[in-house]
Amino acid sequence: MTVSGILDPLTTAQSWKEAGREVAIATVIDTWGSAPRPAGSHLVIDGEGNFEGSVSGGCVEGAVITEALDVIASGAPKMLEFGVADETAWRVGLSCGGRIRVYVERLG
Amino acid sequence: MQLKALVKLNAARRDRKAAVVVTDLSDDKVQVILEGDAVPGPLGEEAVKAFRSGKAGTVDVEGQPLFLNVHLPPPRIVVIGAVHISQALAQLAPVAGYDLTIIDPRTAFATEERFEGVELIADWPEDVLKDRPLDAYTALAAVTHDPKIDDFPLSEALRAGCFYVGALGSRKTHAKRIERLKELGRTDNEIGRIAAPIGLDIGAASPAEIALATLAQIVQAFRRRDLVTAG
Repeated sequence: MTVSGILDPLTTAQSWKEAGREVAIATVIDTWGSAPRPAGSHLVIDGEGNFEGSVSGGCVEGAVITEALDVIASGAPKMLEFGVADETAWRVGLSCGGRIRVYVERLG
Repeated sequence: MQLKALVKLNAARRDRKAAVVVTDLSDDKVQVILEGDAVPGPLGEEAVKAFRSGKAGTVDVEGQPLFLNVHLPPPRIVVIGAVHISQALAQLAPVAGYDLTIIDPRTAFATEERFEGVELIADWPEDVLKDRPLDAYTALAAVTHDPKIDDFPLSEALRAGCFYVGALGSRKTHAKRIERLKELGRTDNEIGRIAAPIGLDIGAASPAEIALATLAQIVQAFRRRDLVTAG
């Protein structure tokens, strides 16, 4: 992982917050089966829905961003789960057939 | 997570220092542990495991569900000497996931043609290392046979705590090298860390085989390195 590049989500999160923007950090906590991004991967989101990084191959990012806006508004962290067996999979699932758990927290 | 914790984490990552971020999933509390920090008890043991494996995951510590995220600097190899062994090592290192840089002030050796696509710096190690300091996630292999070129970076690598320090040369050559490194202020303990003759003992004979033995020794040193934080 490179730290210097502009595509580093944690560096982006810091600079957004320092610029006065609201920020949420989403982190892959667990994966089961084939999952596109390993545990520890980050997606960072600002209060207007801008984002950097990834928690999947693009399959569930839209849903995570929506939830992140809630987390920014409420300040309470959320645990999200995505997978083929999940009811939400009909709307936003992982095409690879895996399952992931994503933790979303507000940067205070 | 508080901005203060993120700033601390990002600073460590920029400085190529390993860090573990501990998130308590029951109450949203975040703690940033840096390599070398003393952390007592079961959390310390889990942090040691995380630093070693480099893998993120959830653990249960005294009934609390914790998520440990590991941020390790990418390991890299610095080779002193643009010789035949280095040509083979430059091909092998990327396969094992290591970045590689070659430094050699001798412009006859350090040519683009011999090292196509490899990061090659035709300058004295003294000058190069000023801007690009060695660190604990760097392996240094000195393979020029020339004390004028090898000695300074070897001494610097020991001082900076490189996870691997190897030097090419026979036992006789190494005995003389030890005396010179002592004059540069290195202790017996530090000097004892040098892998010399270089490479795992697999009976390597050709330059490519020596490169392979050296890379295997570097991997061994990285996977078994000591990063104890248990208090």
